[in-house]
Amino acid sequence: MPPTRVPVVEKILDANDQVAALNRKFFDDHNVFAINVMASPGAGKTSFILQTIQKLSPQLRIGVIEGDTAPVTIDADKVSALGMPAVQINTGGDCHLDAVMLNAGMQSLPMGELDLVLIENVGNLICPAAFKLGSHLNLLIASIPEGDDKPYKYPNIYRGLDVLIINKTDLLPYIDFNMHYFQQGVEMLNPGLTTFPISCKTGQGLDAWSDWMIKTVQHNQRK
Amino acid sequence: MHELAVTESILEIAQRHAVQADAKRVTDIYLVIGKLSSIVDESVQFYWNMIAANTLCQDASLHFQRIPARMRCLNCQVEFEISEALSPCIQCQGYHLQIITGEEFYVESIAIEK
Repeated sequence: MPPTRVPVVEKILDANDQVAALNRKFFDDHNVFAINVMASPGAGKTSFILQTIQKLSPQLRIGVIEGDTAPVTIDADKVSALGMPAVQINTGGDCHLDAVMLNAGMQSLPMGELDLVLIENVGNLICPAAFKLGSHLNLLIASIPEGDDKPYKYPNIYRGLDVLIINKTDLLPYIDFNMHYFQQGVEMLNPGLTTFPISCKTGQGLDAWSDWMIKTVQHNQRK
Repeated sequence: MHELAVTESILEIAQRHAVQADAKRVTDIYLVIGKLSSIVDESVQFYWNMIAANTLCQDASLHFQRIPARMRCLNCQVEFEISEALSPCIQCQGYHLQIITGEEFYVESIAIEK
């Protein structure tokens, strides 16, 4: 008998997207705003999170979910040292967080006592772009030493962003980074993207970022 | 690297639909993948050969239908196909482009034996 064709038409990552929708509902039910923080390794995700905590607390009560490929708690320990609740998700070598991993990790945070959850994704510019988590914002930290060509090389992650941080601006005098070329690439992929140039080292630009963040979280909580 | 997770998802979808249709075995899986989706066909095939073993989908062939990336320029409304992931409007060199096709990422159908 010849094979029978069975129509399917199902998105390949639909299962992940469904769990992401559940995660989003869980955050919303607790009136918590969640941000998926993505970047390449070494762009300054943890420094950015620590600086953000220091700027926003005590106005906002913040929890952190740390995604790591290896069972080291270096990042989570730094957050805990600031007195903030932190949960570590070990992806077991996987190159990204997905909605199911986040779902398991988020249950361990005291959601009822939080306004904002920062989710530190695995350092990678390709894989995290494919997996929705259920966060309210997708944020990418680009950094000056990575070079100005990254939007051109990793277009998918830039397409899905809601906010872009350009970190390590204090290194601009020492590095051949053409800001115009970089921003041209970003504009082609994500016109009008909200962008904050900052330096976690000097603190430059962090006030503008934290003012925006507080307004965004408060606006969401009033909804 | 995320091809393993993607391949596991494809297997799960194919198995579910095969069981629903009372299949004895799955012979083919037809995938529709937009050109802007960052997925490496060979890598999916590599994982497939490993994870489909001893399932209804063992030895099923994967077929990749690649959909070209078409963009619309929001300045001059021209529509065009891009070969590189990133290029300005071919008519006005504008940067504000909207994706029309190229982000598809789904299992279109499977072929089964009953």
